[in-house]
Amino acid sequence: MNLKDVLSEKRSAILKRWFDVIVETYPADTAVFLKNQKDRFANPVGATISQGIENIFDELLQGGDIGRVSPFLDNIVRIRAVQDFTPSGALTFIFNLKKVIREELESEADKTPILKDLTALESRIDDLALLSFNIYMQCREKLYDIRANEVKSRTFRLLQRANLICDIEDQEQEPDSEDNKLINIKRKEAAQ
Amino acid sequence: MATKLPKPDELAKIDFTPPETGWMDTPVEIKPGMFCWGAKAKNLRAVEFPNARDWSPAEEDWKLPGEWEGTVLEAMADRLSKYRSFKLFMDICVRCGACADKCHFFIGSGDPKNMPVLRAELMRSVYRKYFTTPGKVLGKLAGARELTYDVLKEWWYYFYQCTECRRCSVFCPYGIDTAEITMMGREFTNLLGLNTDWIAGPVANCYMKGNHLGLEPHTIKSSIEFFLDDIETVTGIKIEPTFNRKGAEILFVTPSGDLFADPGTYTAMGYLMLFHELGLDYTWSTYASEGGNFGYFTSNEMAKRLNSKIYAEAKRLGVKWIIGGECGHMWRVLNQYMDTWNGPADFLEVPKSPITGTVFENAKSTKMVHITEFTADLIKNGKLKLDPSRNDHLKVTYHDSCNTARGMGLLEEPRYVIKSVCNNFYEMPENTIREQTFCCGSGTGLNASENMDLRMKGGFPRANAVKYVRDKHGVNMLANICAIDRATLKASMEYWVPDVTVCGTHELVANALVMKGEKERTQDLRLETLPGKEGN
Ligand code: SF4
Ligand code: SF4
Repeated sequence: MNLKDVLSEKRSAILKRWFDVIVETYPADTAVFLKNQKDRFANPVGATISQGIENIFDELLQGGDIGRVSPFLDNIVRIRAVQDFTPSGALTFIFNLKKVIREELESEADKTPILKDLTALESRIDDLALLSFNIYMQCREKLYDIRANEVKSRTFRLLQRANLICDIEDQEQEPDSEDNKLINIKRKEAAQ
Repeated sequence: MATKLPKPDELAKIDFTPPETGWMDTPVEIKPGMFCWGAKAKNLRAVEFPNARDWSPAEEDWKLPGEWEGTVLEAMADRLSKYRSFKLFMDICVRCGACADKCHFFIGSGDPKNMPVLRAELMRSVYRKYFTTPGKVLGKLAGARELTYDVLKEWWYYFYQCTECRRCSVFCPYGIDTAEITMMGREFTNLLGLNTDWIAGPVANCYMKGNHLGLEPHTIKSSIEFFLDDIETVTGIKIEPTFNRKGAEILFVTPSGDLFADPGTYTAMGYLMLFHELGLDYTWSTYASEGGNFGYFTSNEMAKRLNSKIYAEAKRLGVKWIIGGECGHMWRVLNQYMDTWNGPADFLEVPKSPITGTVFENAKSTKMVHITEFTADLIKNGKLKLDPSRNDHLKVTYHDSCNTARGMGLLEEPRYVIKSVCNNFYEMPENTIREQTFCCGSGTGLNASENMDLRMKGGFPRANAVKYVRDKHGVNMLANICAIDRATLKASMEYWVPDVTVCGTHELVANALVMKGEKERTQDLRLETLPGKEGN
């Protein structure tokens, strides 16, 4: 049997183990929920992870273009990029797959015929990891973009620049201090 | 030799796997991206809130007033005696866990302290210590703990990770409403000056100027005038609304977000066009220029104070009744509290549509009608000429705002309106809509920018359901009836489902509305060319 056949045979065991390992990166109570709640709308994180790793695993076995895995990786990384993980913590799940596969292959009597393929597969998993670093960074950058866009779409800021907004002045401030006079003049100008 | 590097699977667990100690003894860690900035002194001072000072939640020292424990416990004793429901909610939870996995913040973040039962337990544990005999005697054995600085910080952190959406209460066999516990938590921390600036700023502005942004009458007026130009471009019709007009039949009040933040602005254009087409005898007010009420996210008292301007303005102008625009929490306040706080508004009449003659019995005591009820009634009576095909390039789904859906049962009217003006409508899965709707993730004044990580986590369950209908039916428009939704779902979609746009319901109405004397429509309200009209 070649590696692909062995892994296809052990597909469900590997996926189960991989899922469990990922879920264990969450607190115990959360892990129980992520495992047991099967409704994909009630448990979108668990559902996305389990669906995502299935797709990733199948694509890996197919051995095609690594870029095809990107959307599945994206779904998972996008979630972990906003959860309370460090960047490395968010992405270790990719590396975990190597360990899971090795453990599952322990029982194989004769490993010689699959070893070469295994090394190749592991290097593909490394490629996946690199890809997910990119996705992770894109997600974090996106958050900054969103923050910036939001500030822009709140015309508030523009109006404030045009001095159309009357901020609550500190009460210590004299009612007609130089500052206030200036603001009032500008406001009049802006209103014209 | 350098220190040993942690292995990948050790690294993965560093920040998330719970420490060995139980939840009670694990001090909270205030994480960036998860909280809003502390309130500025000037904003607290403007409304005479206690302990006005500049402070930062990220710093060790929160600059609390002396004797702060006493202040909180006294307030707690007071509310326990005043509000029976609060006392009940402190006592009766059997920790069955039915609510545990129903909160969008828990589902999205995976942080167990976001389970509603545990969120409530943060306060219950203190309640037990000071207000129950077993708690006093047995302490931790009875699930009781002292109110320490760390506990207070934990309260603050987690009560500002609850949007008071009430989804959890739908599943509790005892009807325990964690939202009310959060409200209490915010009220108590409020007494120590632990407000966020995102809430305190709008509260101060609203108190001084009548709206969240602190805009003065001429600015309100000129903003609406900007819309009129766009409406004229799209329809060829010049609309001339009135402001502060005494003797108008109807006063119209809407969240100011509709006037200044996209895409709410298009919804505001929708109101203007609809009312113009009807020839409605109505007026805008530049004083009651805010339907929203961020005071509701601080204390009962403040909410009441900010709300009072609505009836006061109705009285000053001598209108007969009030229409309210598309908003979420505004309606919770109006529907649930306005009448008792600032009513009875017996100087007003029971709302009656001048177009259809329908009497809105449901608004008999508040005298205020939700715009989707008003519009649904118009459509039902065939009073609007509509061309839904103008929205044919849209595949629309509808997000129930927590407040209108769970808070006031407004489920059918918005759907009826949308389906009348759009040919392609698709519901999201059943356990994510109507009474079970998932919060946008940023309600109750959590829609700041600095807490974006929190907002994205909390918004994920809703976004996940949108993604599903996008994949299944090609949905590209997420309609709603809440000004905060319009702003926050936009951000959430940008992150989770980038090809879905967000709109208010009256934007869709106005795009389909065939107006008397209009020119052929080639653009929608966003000034985007309508499909098939490219050559025009
Ligand atoms: S569902 Fe109700 S009784 Fe059960 S744990 Fe939650 S709050 Fe307590
Ligand atoms: S009210 Fe909403 S946000 Fe608050 S605990 Fe319940 S489900 Fe969560």
